[in-house]
Formats: sequence, structure tokens, C-alpha cells
Amino acid sequence: MSRPIRGIAIVLGVLLLALLVNVTIIQVVLAGDYRDRPGNQRILLEEYDRERGPILVGSDPVARSKETGDTLRYLRVYPNGPMYAPVTGFYSLIYGATGLERTENRILTGKSALFVVDRAEQLFAGLEPRGGAVTTTVNARAQRAAFAGLRGKKGAVVAIEPATGRILASVQSPSFDPNILSSHDPARIRTYYTSLEADPAKPLLNRPIVSLNPPGSTFKIVTAAAALASGRFTPDSVIPGPRAYNLPDSSRKIRNWNGQACGVNNLVSLREALAVSCNTAFAWLGNELGDEALRTQAELMGFDESFAIPLRAATSRFPEDPDAPQTAMSAIGQFDVRATALQMAMVAAAVGNSGTTMTPYLVQEVRGPDLSILQTTEPVTYAQSMTPLNAAQLTEMMVNVVDNGTGSNAKISGVRVAGKTGTAQTGNDNPAVAWFVAFAPAQSPEVAVAVMVEDAGAPEVSGNQLAAPIARDVIEAVLR
Amino acid sequence: MTIPADVMQSVAPPARRQPSRRNLELVLLVFAWAIGLLGTLQIGWAIGRDPDAGLWVTSGVIGLLALLMHVIVRWKARYADPFLLPVATLLTILGLVMIYRLDVAEARRAELNGNPVPTPDVYSQLTWFTVAVILFVSVLVLLRDHRILQRYTYTLGLAGLVLLILPLAPVVGTTVNGATLWIRVGGFSFQPAELAKILLTVFFAGYLVEKRDSLALVRKKFLGIGLPRPKDLGPIVVAWLVSLAVLIFERDLGTSLLFFGLFVTMLYIATQRRSWLVLGSVLFVAGAVAAYYMFGHVRLRVTVWLDPWTYANDDGYQIVQSLFGLANGGILGAGLGQGFPNLVPFANTDFIVAALGEELGVTGLIAILLLYAILVERGLRAALSVRDSFGQLVAAGLSITLALQVFVIIGGVTRLIPLTGLTTPFLSYGGSSLIANWIIVALLLRISDRARRPEVHAPSQDDAVTQVVRRV
Repeated sequence: MSRPIRGIAIVLGVLLLALLVNVTIIQVVLAGDYRDRPGNQRILLEEYDRERGPILVGSDPVARSKETGDTLRYLRVYPNGPMYAPVTGFYSLIYGATGLERTENRILTGKSALFVVDRAEQLFAGLEPRGGAVTTTVNARAQRAAFAGLRGKKGAVVAIEPATGRILASVQSPSFDPNILSSHDPARIRTYYTSLEADPAKPLLNRPIVSLNPPGSTFKIVTAAAALASGRFTPDSVIPGPRAYNLPDSSRKIRNWNGQACGVNNLVSLREALAVSCNTAFAWLGNELGDEALRTQAELMGFDESFAIPLRAATSRFPEDPDAPQTAMSAIGQFDVRATALQMAMVAAAVGNSGTTMTPYLVQEVRGPDLSILQTTEPVTYAQSMTPLNAAQLTEMMVNVVDNGTGSNAKISGVRVAGKTGTAQTGNDNPAVAWFVAFAPAQSPEVAVAVMVEDAGAPEVSGNQLAAPIARDVIEAVLR
Repeated sequence: MTIPADVMQSVAPPARRQPSRRNLELVLLVFAWAIGLLGTLQIGWAIGRDPDAGLWVTSGVIGLLALLMHVIVRWKARYADPFLLPVATLLTILGLVMIYRLDVAEARRAELNGNPVPTPDVYSQLTWFTVAVILFVSVLVLLRDHRILQRYTYTLGLAGLVLLILPLAPVVGTTVNGATLWIRVGGFSFQPAELAKILLTVFFAGYLVEKRDSLALVRKKFLGIGLPRPKDLGPIVVAWLVSLAVLIFERDLGTSLLFFGLFVTMLYIATQRRSWLVLGSVLFVAGAVAAYYMFGHVRLRVTVWLDPWTYANDDGYQIVQSLFGLANGGILGAGLGQGFPNLVPFANTDFIVAALGEELGVTGLIAILLLYAILVERGLRAALSVRDSFGQLVAAGLSITLALQVFVIIGGVTRLIPLTGLTTPFLSYGGSSLIANWIIVALLLRISDRARRPEVHAPSQDDAVTQVVRRV
């Protein structure tokens, strides 16, 4: 009976070979195809199975992973969702990730090259891979103050530490709740996202760094800096500030917001022109300096540059080739000048930081799963935009704005605040945008802030009425 | 029995004293136990749980059970094959490790959902393993010689048949997932087909030894193939009908396939007539085609096999999830405790190979397939070297059932062939299967012990043949 047994053994050997070849084909050759097939939850599960690292403000998480019972093991939760939404972004099953969740994904998932040692350890110990933590530069008090100040309004606030470029606050209103977008319920995610997209107030827009608006009178800081840089003007230089300024080569006129002349005999000092936000004086100044000088000054303060903080900010613009009337309009932050709140905060910060523009950043540290610091962001100088002397003079001029001029609502007792109001027309029919930019304490500022409120309605006073109090609260929150 | 001339010429020298090789067995057993312990520890590390007392107790119990079996083999089957016990033990331990791992996944899910943690399956599997060991020991202690079984050929055959059709009985029979292959007695459910396969193998062996001469007779040739006499066709027709009955009434494609394949190959081994294979194949194809057209559930299995992706969310869900799991495992596997094997339904029974393939990779799966290959090869080797025809047939039959069962279920889970519900020997969660397969190991050990045991009496003709065979 040995022959048939041998025969059968050969047949069984062939069957074994078929099984071996088949599993090899599935697990080696076809594995990639199978992984990418629709309906394969494992890729997603793997991402959701790993404990994603937290995003921290100080030592408190503003985004963290929580274990759940469903097949997606970790749920992303945001303890102060809407307040920090412009910083964290969301982490959605359906719509992907935004904000730091997107830019810092490799760190949060633990896949960054920084974690080579951890990964090796995990491999040998058979441990579950864990993500690293990202510590932001955000100051929780400033963020809270800005968020509270914007409640019920449409706008954005950005606060920067002038000496470093650290972003202390980045807030928007209206905001959204990343908790819902990051939930594990597809129907709920879709419904919420659709309603956010349909909202005319555009809550999904990262207003602080993406929303571009004419900076209006706050841009006069740039014009004043260019004037000082030209060497032809000092804060005491007297310049024309009539009721109306006839635009060159044009029949159109620029008027002051209150319809009055800015000084006696239509003459006004540069200091006073800034304090009362004199349009005619700055329009004249713009034409005196020329678009080249204005652009150079603006660019030294961050215009025409795209910053990744690491979230990608919109590029603030100074118009490319304006004619004389357009230059005059640009000098008062109208025409095609466009700036983000981040950009205007950078302008204030540059003045406060003795003229040195710092590159803004939002990530302070990268930490390993054990919270050991793996990487710290060092401040980077972007440009020397003014001489320290000119910066000091401009600072004094801006303090004068708050103490004696249009920015009275930003006054803080015992603290010298340097600021500038602004109100911009975004078009013929569009409601105005109210601005306030400031830094304090004036001598050695700890914070520079830009507040932008859309649909402000009222004229120049709205910057002081709507925006300045928010700036003051943010400054107080940082200084306290 | 006809003996090929070339075999006759190379007669072996008389049997020398064989080394028992029990120490090798012991070393391999320790190795198998250590692999299980490491696997369990790795799961603990992966889920961040320190080894607790339960783990050490469980590992200790498994070690003691393995040691007990070894001691019994040393005492009662001293010359038995040294690989059978360690390989079967390793497979059982791998099964326990994976069942434990799936328990962990279920427990975690329940905990986080705030549901009561389900009873872990690993402890009941361990209990079944203990029962299996008791039966293993009983077989080796009580059955001094496998030839005793030959006396009960017809009794065992009848018992096997009864077991096979028992699930259809009104009181005890239970239908699970559409297949009626369970009986339920006093809270315990049992799959009698698993035991029936042993009883029927023994019956086939006894019957064929008795009838093989007439079955081997050739009456006329048809297309160059010698056909058996019509009056001898009875048994194969009965086997075929019984298989069909299992398929029709119990809706159990796998068992049906297994029995028919087993019977035909044993018939072929006993008679050495290829005509039986041809006839069996014809009947198989006829039965398969008829089943395809007659039964929706068979048709569905084939449809899903050909294109599982179209049915990925309903009837093909299991197989598609199984393929996704295997793909996720890749070459080295996700690592124990780090894959998602619980996404595949029935991960600890029918689909345990998918779970192992995901976490141990193709490397681990190939190792497992080779463990089965070793087991079958050692079984067939025992068949080749034992002296009596009955022992040869029983050993070959048991090895072949094991091989066929592994092929049918693993082939199904990996989409080589249409999926049929069979347990994966030693690995799957389930008492009937574990007990039955351990009885098979005991019987193979008993037969291999007889084959390798030095005999004092003068060799019979059978002895001469088997000794020759052993050397070829």
C-alpha cells in the first residue's frame, strides 16, 4: 500500500504548495492593492488606533486623543474647541485635517524622523506607537480675552510677542466646533460641515491668517515709518493736512473722516497727523514718498511674503504698480492694499521691537511621547524694517494716538500703550472693517496685537469703539 | 496485496534497536511552550498590560498538560514519533494565544463601551484542551494496540454514521449560521462530525482491509481505465450518498467534501486501483455540479468566491475582511496585539488563520502551514512504516483527513477555493474539533509506536514489506 500513500503524499504536497503560493501572493504581491481598496478600514483604523499626540497650550491640551469603545479606537477631543479652532484645526474622518492637526501630523502620529529612537524602542518592546506632542506659543489668557472680546462680532485677533515672533493669540469669530467635525459619526460630520460651508459668515475660514482686508488707517504706521526712513521727515515735521486732498491727475478728492482740516491753517505735524488719523496728510505723504518707498517699507514688515507659521497664511499685498492717485490711496491703506490680522500684528510688533521684524511662529516645542523636548523653535529675524531711533520715534507717535488721539479706548492705567485705529472701506457697498493695532508696554513691549472687526458699519470711530477695547483686553491678559 | 517487484528486491536488514527519541520530544515541547509564553507576553506589551498571575497560571497549566502527555507517551508509547506531540502542542498553543488576543480585543471594546466584559473564550478553550489531554491519555493508556480497533469495525462505523446524522435529530440538533452540524446536550454544544471523522476512518480502514481483494478486481476496461465490478460499487455509492445527505440536510459543504475525499483516497490506497479515484472524481464533479444548481447556498459560496468585492458589504464581507487582514499583515505581520483581527467575523473559529496571518504575517502563516505539513508527513510516515494493513489505512486516513481539512478551510479563508465552514485543526476555538484532533494525534502516536517498536518475533510477510517501505 506504500505506492498509493506516496502518490497521495505528492498530491497533498501540491495542495500545500498551492496554499503557500496563494498566501504569498495575497500577503506580498497583492497586499498593496488590497490596502488601497475602498472599504478597507484598516488604514484609517491604524491612524485612529494610534494615540495621537496632544496639542498643548502651556501644559494644557487644546487637542487630545481619548480612547473610545468603537472600532475607531481614539477620538480627538478639543477641550476649548471653538476658541482654539484657528490654531488646532480639525481632524476629520471625511474632510481630512486642517490647522496644526494637518501641518504637525507627522509629529502627532509619531511618524516624524524625530522619533526614530522611540520607534526603535517600540519595535523591540512590541509597544504601541504613540504620537509626539506639539506645544504652541499661544498664551491661554490672551486667547481667552480675544475670544471673549470677539463674541457676537465677525472678525479676528492676532497677538505676537514682538521680540520673538511667537504668536500669543489667534482667534476668529464666528468659529466652529472641531469636536463635531472630528467625531466618529459621519452623518453628523457631514451635516455640520455642510451648514458651516453654507454660512455666509464663513466660520471655516481661518480669519486671523487668511482673511485679507484693506488695513485702512492702521497702514499709516507703515507710511509714517517710510517717512521717517526717508530722512526728510521727523515726528515734528509739518505737512499739509487740509479738509480735502486733490488726488493728482484726477478730479477725485480724499477727505478726512470728520470732514475737518487736521490742523491750524491746514498744516499739521506728522505726530499729530497720526494721532488724529489725518487722511489728507498721509495721502500727500504717500505721493511725496512714492510707491517704491511705501512698498519697500511694507515689505520689510512682512508684506508680499507668504508665511507658514506653519499654517499657511495668506500673502498681504501692497499694489504692484500704482499711479499717483492710487499711491495716495494706498498710503492710507485703501485701494489694493490688503492685509491679514497677522500682518498688521507684525507691523505693530516690528515697531515695538526696535524695528526688527520677527518671523511669526505658532509651534514652540515638539515633544516625544514621554513629553521630553525633541525640538524647540528658535526666533528668526525676518528683516530690520526701521532704525531703532526711528522705531522709538514712531513708538512715541503711537503712544500719542492712544493718549491723545483716536485710540483712547486702548488706554490702560499704568501702562503706556502704543496703538493705531483704522477703518477701511472694502468696496462701495460693503460695510467697513474696523481695525486696531497696538503694542505694550511701549518701551519694551511684551505683546503686539491686531484686532480686525468686519461689518463694523460706523466710520473712523469704529476702530476705537469696536476694536480697541479687545486689543486692550488682550494686552492686559498678557501683562497681568 | 501486490508488491512491486523493485521494492521486493531491496529487502532491508532486520530491524535494529531504535532510539526512542523521547528526549528530543521533550526539548521540542519546551520550545513550543516557550513560543506560547513569548506570544502571550508580547500581547501584554502591545496593549500595555503587565503580565498578571492569571497569565503565569495559564502558562503553567499548559506546560503541565504538555508534560503529562509527554510522560504518558514515554510510558505507554515509548517508540512513538517524536515530532507529532510537539507540533500538535505548538499549534494548540498558537491557537490559545490568538484566542486570548481576540478576547483582549473584545474585552477592550466592551470596557470602553461600558458593556460587561464578555467571558473570555481562552479559558473555555483551555478547559477543552484539558479534556482533550484526558482523552489523549485515555487512548494511549487503554488502547494498547491499535489493531484492537479492527474488531469493532462495524460498531464504530455505525456509531460514526449516527454521529454524522445526529444534528438532524429533533431534540439535540442545533442550527448555527445556517449549518445544522451541532448537537446540544445539557448546555454543551458539540459538533459530532468531528468525532465521526475518526470513527468513520477506522471503519473504512477495517472494511477495506476486509474487502479490498474483491474491490481491487477489475472486470472490464473503459477508455483504458479498469472499472470495478458493479456489485462492488455499493460502498462508494453509499459514501457518496451519505456525503450528499450531509450537504443537503445539514448544509455543511466542508464536512461533506471531507468525507467523500477521505473515503475515495482510502479506497484507492487499499486497492491501489486508480479507477476508484477516477470514479470518485466523476461522482464528486457530478455532485458538485448538481449541488451548484440545486442549492442556493452552494451557488452563493461560488459566486462570492469568484468576485468577493461585489459582495464586500454582505455575503462577501467575511472573506473580504479576511483578505484585508492578510494584506495588512504583509510579510512580517502587524505583530501580536497590534493588528485588527477582530474585524473579521468568526475570527477565533473559521477565520483564525486570517487573524494569525494578519498579526504574524506571511512568515508566520507559512510556518503554521509547514507545522501542518510536518504533522501530516509524520502521520503518513507512520502509515508507511507500520506493519499491518489496518494500521496503515488508519494512519493514512487520519493524516489525510487532517490534510484535507486544513486545505479546505485555509484555502477557503485565503480564497484559493470557495469558502466552506470547517474548523482549523488545533487552532480554532471549539471543543469538538480540539478533542477530535488530539484523539487523532494519540492514534497516530500509538500506530507510530507500533511501527518503530523493535519486535522480537520472526518477521511476517507484512513486516518485510513495511520494513522495505520504511527505507525507500
